[in-house]
Amino acid sequence: MYICQRNTFENLATNKLSRITEMEKRGCIDWPGKADYIRRMSGSADIDATTQEIVDEFSFFDDWMQRYEYIIELGKNLDGLPDHKKDEAHKVPGCQSQVWFYAMQSNGRIRFEADSDAMIVRGLIALLLRVYSDRTPDEIIGTPPEFFEVLELGSHLSGSRANGLHAMVTRIHAYANAFKDGLPDDTVAPEALS
Amino acid sequence: MNVINGGYPIDEIRKDFPILSEQVHGKPLVYLDNGASAHKPSTVIEQIKRTYETGYANVHRGVHHLSQIATDAMENARRKTQDLLNAADEKEIIFVRGATEGINLVASSWGRANLKEGDEIILSVLEHHSNIVPWQIVAEQTGAIVKVVPIGDDGTFLMEDYKKLLSDRTKMVAVTHVSNALGTVVPVTDVIRLAHEQGAVVLLDGCQAVPHISVDVQALDVDFYVFSGHKLYGPSGIGILYGKEALLELMPPYQGGGEMIDRVTFEKTTYAELPFKFEAGTPHIAGIIALGSAIDYVTGIGFDAITAHEHDLLEYATERLQSMNTIDILGTAPEKAAILSFNIEDVHPHDVGTILDHSGIAVRTGHHCAQPVMDRFDVAATVRASFGLYNTHDEVDALIEGVRKVQEIFA
Repeated sequence: MYICQRNTFENLATNKLSRITEMEKRGCIDWPGKADYIRRMSGSADIDATTQEIVDEFSFFDDWMQRYEYIIELGKNLDGLPDHKKDEAHKVPGCQSQVWFYAMQSNGRIRFEADSDAMIVRGLIALLLRVYSDRTPDEIIGTPPEFFEVLELGSHLSGSRANGLHAMVTRIHAYANAFKDGLPDDTVAPEALS
Repeated sequence: MNVINGGYPIDEIRKDFPILSEQVHGKPLVYLDNGASAHKPSTVIEQIKRTYETGYANVHRGVHHLSQIATDAMENARRKTQDLLNAADEKEIIFVRGATEGINLVASSWGRANLKEGDEIILSVLEHHSNIVPWQIVAEQTGAIVKVVPIGDDGTFLMEDYKKLLSDRTKMVAVTHVSNALGTVVPVTDVIRLAHEQGAVVLLDGCQAVPHISVDVQALDVDFYVFSGHKLYGPSGIGILYGKEALLELMPPYQGGGEMIDRVTFEKTTYAELPFKFEAGTPHIAGIIALGSAIDYVTGIGFDAITAHEHDLLEYATERLQSMNTIDILGTAPEKAAILSFNIEDVHPHDVGTILDHSGIAVRTGHHCAQPVMDRFDVAATVRASFGLYNTHDEVDALIEGVRKVQEIFA
């Protein structure tokens, strides 16, 4: 059996499962992480493809009002959290509006649930969940939030205390690190992060 | 000349503030966050540069030329501040980092020397956290009790409730002159007179008053008065504590260090005279000197003109907002200064602020470090437009247009 390096594969065609077919045609039958990759590709797009999708979506908008209308639409459609889950323990500090975050791991993937009292922040949460929810800790840790910069939402990650983006991404990465370090699957308490 | 404003030289004034010609998100800046911090005229910016380029050295120390120049300039700024507040003596003007440090100084130094168990400190619901937390700390240390004057539905200071709280147990009344969250002007003359009748001392937080109205500490007969330089078109990192000489003399030092001593030995240290007793360490020399330039600037325009201009803007903005649907104005006291707090129904203030920002409009959204005020009106936050001497009616129109856009987007 011919074993390919993962990075050789990653550099080839970009089209999800068709990449695998192409690889096999070239005699590259197996490589490290193939099973995981196929599983991911069969479900939602992989994490890099998802960030690229979002960047592509935003490139269709002509002006900031359209971008924000879209964000607000995403915010309105976010499932959010029931009121009883919006408690102090799950609040993300460092946001001007109120933000609550939950994380749960099963089968090696972390699922996030979150909500905010501000609609634009809810929209940002929807984007964050699309990228980071249902991913492995390694995928999350390996994906910094730079893709947000190109969305032109007027928020710079370094100084985005105002919309809490930085605080939310920090929280997401903290959960990923904690689960990687052996935090039990059903732990949702943020105090486990400190 | 702006016709609406009569003789107010708004066009000339705007030219004095370089930052006002900046663009934000491709749109002309409409700066309505003066309550948080005001911009600086060229004279202030130039003064900072000039100090460092030609007149800088440490103060009150060297016999050399530059030290003398810097010391003279700094003491000149003290006299300008004395004139601004009409203080009886320049040694009643203490340079601090900001109003927050001024209040902490009084709470710590005066408070620990004068408060004991069961004594009462009266604050009001209108207070900024800076005029709450220092008193809670000293209350905890001394066993004193904090009492709070409530406010009415329109945000007025409730004088009858204040009178009921006053007693011979009252030792300190610390209230704001103008509310930072609502703009309410507190009837401080009566507050002070009634406190003095009970033998209590009064501190006024003047942060939102000094930039907008003329303040005379002797006419008020106030004991302590604080304000911050950066809200008065001066640099940040410099604030003023005014205190009556007789009170300051009896107070122990707040911080120890250089500049505040008379003679140091390991057995016993004696302290410097006022105001230096309270100015330990090297001060914000360039900032103090530039604050003097800021004071020159505002007094050059004159408070009668500034107050009238800002009052016009406030009335105009209030009227226009009131004529719109789904707007709640918080704080409608008969006497207000330059601050307009509001919410758009069903839209989070943070969302309002974000959309306004993209229209080039800077407002403050949040609790304004005055959570008790937010609790009083049962809101988490508000949108606050706060006016300064350089704002225009056109900028109010831009705000209204921005609010319309928010309503449209969130409809």
